[in-house]
Amino acid sequence: MSVKGAGDEGRIETGEEHPLDHILRRDRLPHIWCPGCGLGSAMTCFAQAIEGVDIPLKKQVLLSGIGCTGRIAGYVNVDSYHTTHGRAIPFATGLKIANPELCVTVFSGDGDLFAIGGNHFLHAARRNVDINVICVNNFNYGMTGGQQGPTTPVDAKTTTTRYGSFEHPFNLPYLAAATGAVYVSRWTTLHCRQLEKSMEKALQKKGFTFIEIISPCPTGFGRPNKLGEGLEELRYYREKSVIKNDASWDEMDLHMRGEEPIVVGDFVDTERPTYLELEEQMLRKRGFMK
Amino acid sequence: MKYWRRPLDKDEIKTPKGHIYLIPDRCKGCGFCIEFCPKGVLEESKEINKKGYHLPKIADGKEDDCINCNFCMLICPEFAIYTEEGE
Ligand SMILES: Cc1ncc(C[n+]2csc(CCOP(=O)(O)OP(=O)(O)O)c2C)c(N)n1
Ligand code: SF4
Ligand code: SF4
Ligand code: SF4
Ligand SMILES: [Mg+2]
Repeated sequence: MSVKGAGDEGRIETGEEHPLDHILRRDRLPHIWCPGCGLGSAMTCFAQAIEGVDIPLKKQVLLSGIGCTGRIAGYVNVDSYHTTHGRAIPFATGLKIANPELCVTVFSGDGDLFAIGGNHFLHAARRNVDINVICVNNFNYGMTGGQQGPTTPVDAKTTTTRYGSFEHPFNLPYLAAATGAVYVSRWTTLHCRQLEKSMEKALQKKGFTFIEIISPCPTGFGRPNKLGEGLEELRYYREKSVIKNDASWDEMDLHMRGEEPIVVGDFVDTERPTYLELEEQMLRKRGFMK
Repeated sequence: MKYWRRPLDKDEIKTPKGHIYLIPDRCKGCGFCIEFCPKGVLEESKEINKKGYHLPKIADGKEDDCINCNFCMLICPEFAIYTEEGE
């Protein structure tokens, strides 16, 4: 064992195998994420969720675009695709249509899904393609050095907004609901149990589902914005989070500063025919399918 | 724990006990498990792993306090800490 240092008192017994190791690509651990980054917690919840639902792991597919969040596809031991920047959703749409048996999930960052990939999100939600989109929102482009992105709050400091961001950010649950998602929820990485439940719900739900995960990126966002290290940001979540399933869209705006709350919850859970269901309906109606 | 009234099923309901394990070389010393353990079982040790991160340890007098709630496992971003049901 490679542990060196002070006495034995209180030392935790060394474990050989983590209970989720079979869902992880063990040989790639430890992962590349910074100490205090929330991505590992988000991924743990996902690993728990795919194991918790009654869908064989063989039928689960995970896709990511590019970014720190995009790395998730490379660490989970199910069929996975690390696609080009912003294109995980069209890739997922193709997979689902070609093989409707699969349970297809896209796990990616705010920049990947809503800047370069924004258009794909809108249209997959509009069509109600039966895929799940999980966005880790850390309010910046973590991987490339902490630039401003489409969810950076007004006044926030990033490497490209030295005077404070003066762009209005997206309110992601509002955007997802407005474009047609049938299930919309938001949690922070501190809400592990609720997040896991929501993921299970999304995996089992027919239609386009969306989960936003508020996550610390101490390197790109926490430090310049006085949220501090990962631990301090989680303390901030504990203090400021309010669970409110029936929140108004305005209340879901995120400021990530001062006394403003972080409203989390299960906001939308509804039904609408999916892309494939409607296609089948039309084909039958016109006599192309019996 | 003190009760203002002794619960009728106190003898039947057993608080679960957990046994904690750590994979030391995965830990990055973020402190999440220490801060958010509901029973305050963990604290930072002086011990470091091969990358120089301070590992969690079991706090003095808390050896029997883990209730196997699993939260340290869920919140740990490194797949480094977990628990199993103890006796
Ligand atoms: C076509 C293209 N443009 C730009 C980049 C550079 N790039 C890599 S990751 C990234 C942003 C990632 O941000 P986000 O999706 O929020 O992920 P995070 O790292 O914050 O998890 C950018 C702009 C790229 N890889 N490809
Ligand atoms: S840069 Fe940010 S998002 Fe990327 S690994 Fe580091 S803390 Fe996580
Ligand atoms: S299982 Fe729960 S009580 Fe035990 S150490 Fe982990 S967080 Fe604390
Ligand atoms: S949460 Fe995990 S990585 Fe962080 S200090 Fe605890 S064991 Fe180490
Ligand atoms: Mg980001």
